[in-house]
Amino acid sequence: MSAINQSGWRPEMGSGAAGDAPATYTGNKALMLEEPLLFEIGDTARTGVDLPERPKVASRLSGLERNKPIGLPGLSEPEAVRHYTRLSRQNYAIDLGLFPLGSCTMKHNPRLNEKMARLPGFADLHPLTPVDGTQGALAVIHLVAEWLKALTNMPGIAMSPKAGAHGELCGLLAIRAAHEAKGDARKIILVPESAHGTNPATAAFAGYQVKGIPATEDGRVDLEALKAALSPEVAGVMITNPNTCGLFERDMIAICEAVHAIGGYVYCDGANFNAIVGRVRPGDLGVDAMHINLHKTFSTPHGGGGPGSGPVVFSAALAPFAPLPFVEKHDDRYVLVEEETVAEEGHSRAFGRMVAFHGQMGMFTRAAAYMLSHGADGLKQVSEDAVLSANYILRSLEGVMDAPFAGAGPCMHEAIFSDKGFAEGFSTLDVAKGLIDEGFHPMTVYFPLVVHGAMLVEPTETESKAALDQFIGALRSVAERAKAGDAALKAAPMYAPRRRLDETAAARKPVLVWKDPVQAQAAE
Amino acid sequence: MRYLPLQPEDRQAMLGVIGANTIDDLFVDVPGAARLSGTVPGLPMHATELQVERQLGALARMNQAAGDGPFFLGAGSYKHHVPASVDHIIQRGEFLTSYTPYQPEIAQGTLQALFEFQTQVARLYGCEVANASMYDGSTACWEAIVMARRITRRAKAVLSAGLHPHYVSVCETMAKFTGDVLETALPKLDGTAGQEMARLIAAIDSETSCVVVQNPGILGRVADLSELAEACHAKGALLIAVVTEPVSLGLIKSPGEMGADIVVGEGQSLGVGLQFGGPYVGLFACAEKHVRQMPGRLAGETVDADGQRGFVLTLSTREQHIRREKATSNICTNSGLCALAFTVHMTLLGEKGLRDLAALNHALAVQAADRLAQVPGVKVMDGAFFNEFTLTLPKPSRQVVRDMAQNGVLGGVSLGRLYPDGDGRENGLLVAVTETTTSEDVEALCGALEEALA
Repeated sequence: MSAINQSGWRPEMGSGAAGDAPATYTGNKALMLEEPLLFEIGDTARTGVDLPERPKVASRLSGLERNKPIGLPGLSEPEAVRHYTRLSRQNYAIDLGLFPLGSCTMKHNPRLNEKMARLPGFADLHPLTPVDGTQGALAVIHLVAEWLKALTNMPGIAMSPKAGAHGELCGLLAIRAAHEAKGDARKIILVPESAHGTNPATAAFAGYQVKGIPATEDGRVDLEALKAALSPEVAGVMITNPNTCGLFERDMIAICEAVHAIGGYVYCDGANFNAIVGRVRPGDLGVDAMHINLHKTFSTPHGGGGPGSGPVVFSAALAPFAPLPFVEKHDDRYVLVEEETVAEEGHSRAFGRMVAFHGQMGMFTRAAAYMLSHGADGLKQVSEDAVLSANYILRSLEGVMDAPFAGAGPCMHEAIFSDKGFAEGFSTLDVAKGLIDEGFHPMTVYFPLVVHGAMLVEPTETESKAALDQFIGALRSVAERAKAGDAALKAAPMYAPRRRLDETAAARKPVLVWKDPVQAQAAE
Repeated sequence: MRYLPLQPEDRQAMLGVIGANTIDDLFVDVPGAARLSGTVPGLPMHATELQVERQLGALARMNQAAGDGPFFLGAGSYKHHVPASVDHIIQRGEFLTSYTPYQPEIAQGTLQALFEFQTQVARLYGCEVANASMYDGSTACWEAIVMARRITRRAKAVLSAGLHPHYVSVCETMAKFTGDVLETALPKLDGTAGQEMARLIAAIDSETSCVVVQNPGILGRVADLSELAEACHAKGALLIAVVTEPVSLGLIKSPGEMGADIVVGEGQSLGVGLQFGGPYVGLFACAEKHVRQMPGRLAGETVDADGQRGFVLTLSTREQHIRREKATSNICTNSGLCALAFTVHMTLLGEKGLRDLAALNHALAVQAADRLAQVPGVKVMDGAFFNEFTLTLPKPSRQVVRDMAQNGVLGGVSLGRLYPDGDGRENGLLVAVTETTTSEDVEALCGALEEALA
């Protein structure tokens, strides 16, 4: 088989050096190693896996054998380990330092959770194993479900949604199923401006018309505007609490009462539940459905973008509509209610199925380990420390940076700042890139949309005071440079594996897969 | 509370800076009626690492793991050997504990790995472009149908009887709410399977957005999709191909090569492991002209301010955080870490390793099928399959499977569990064979089957 690496790795590809530092022959800079693409160093004949001889039998593929090259380069095992280890070193991660992404919650990842999720009884278990052989796994799902119900004071739950946005969809489908069961096909979902971008997208995906509700000047849902928008056509409201401005919705009980009065339901985006877990139970506020990002509130690592897990808790009104499958405990035995057993177990109102199997078992095990480690006392301390840390950052920086809601009450788990006061031509993005040179992952930028040039800082509870102080110092320094119009800041980052990347060019002419340069050139 | 670094004196000092007397002052915006005092009732207090290990370890031991004995379960989730390096790499903190690469200058590791993943998936599927992963195969399948509706502006999807019944369930659940019309059929074990392709072709009309066909199908059959693709295109519909066993593509012609417009599937077989059903990794690929209608994330190549090559997330104007209610999907989280596991395993295999692995799976499955056909009363349904095939038994397979499990043999998936409605399917047993299956395992299955059928 021919090698597909016709271009080869050229040393000069990685030799760009900032400032006066001399270029190196390899493009490497001591411990910072440039790494070519797999397609430039591997070839299709090489493999890092030994397989046994196969028995000689005639193929039974009815003539469908592949007869053309696929183009999948391989590496030997040491080459593969180096390739990915080198790549890993070009990533910032929570294991390296504070990761203050607002609305995303990046906190310490306990390795105990990883160890538990990898126990063969959980990791090496097939989803269709006869139920008698899965009692321990079902017990874990049941344990997490019971904790979530207790922490929210809500009686129903769906464990299968695969991520927060998938949980939103689950909640809205339950709302829709509940209305349709009453023969009442409502068309509209109200979504406040301050909601996560997933909220309106989810409502549209569930077949609803989306109607916006403005925010008040102090960053909360405008209760009067909400009441004015309510009508018998409104199926429900999607609201984020604590909201994306980092604030608690003071009017939550009144909002729920008003929505219930017109026969609607309240969906709460629970992405920020980590700020109130153990201190506030959403069921006590009147919420009908809420997803919980297990990977945020109950600490699963985010793995560069996922996987997540988004169980949804339900009020008594919506609980009967929860989708298949789910776990029930009958005396000492756990029962998996799915298509095979739904009739005998009596759950005829379940609105259907959202995923092929039972949800994110790996995340359930991690969440269980985390919940048990913290206990009810620890989880309460978690939200208190998260809120304390966020307010500490807010108050430590409000004199330096514009904090639009600093007067609107304490912030919850995240503090928000804006670009007001920066010198002409300097933006939030410059501050973010400046923080990279200071050794920090930047905060969330340009979100929420209701604040111009927003910066959303979420320190979490797993940072020491010393770490918070160092971050505060760094952010203050970078913000002052933005206010003073320090031209060097426009060039940041200087010290990252890459300087500022051209995202516009990437979108204008997308290159999404690797093509052999020789062939790519011939095609043009 | 070993995960919390703040000390009592730190908390006091921080409250001082904030200007609050107590922590309760920071929760004043919570309505009094909903403010909890004390801890949430009904839950235990915190536990040591040792205590947690004991409790969860005991639960793990209650399960019948795939490695505990002879094992033949498949149906969309497959047991393959995962090289030790794969788990080592994904447990490196810089991969494991990083976030979505929104700041590309310090996320090149994740971004380059995703770019390589996209290239591997596109080539494996025979398509021009692929995204940076979905939740799993079943949700990717529904997203493909939504995408076909957007492209064709039609809302009737025709689903093959060979599509995994859970995937069909997911699509039916969603379609109830979106108004898409789904035409489905159930698989037959009575020898009329060959008519399925003709049924699909006949069902395509001017309202059809897409035909969705799984290959190999749920019962293990492999089929040539070329004629179906032509029939779709002749009527302006798209062909969506679903692959639940990506290892099969080391041996079988890719769906793209057979004319599929969108190819989706499950990537669990490579790198991810069984995990009781999740997390898994959805694969999604299509023609370049449809890329702006594609759901999910994309990594793209660009250059930095020094002209050096680098990678960023791109075309995000399709996504929920920009287009909100007009977005191509509401997806925010992908399966980044599982995609990494997939791509590392694929890199270790390379083309040679993947082809050899696929050929080994197929050869062992052929051997096993021939041996199982000798068990009295057992018939192998099809002559063409990859690593999974259907046996027909003289009695319902649900109890047979349970009896075999009692004897330590996980002998396959009962079609009665997947299709509770009966109609002859209840006697079907789906048997998957991979490189992890030994001839001793096959003998154990034959013995257990004989005993259970006696």
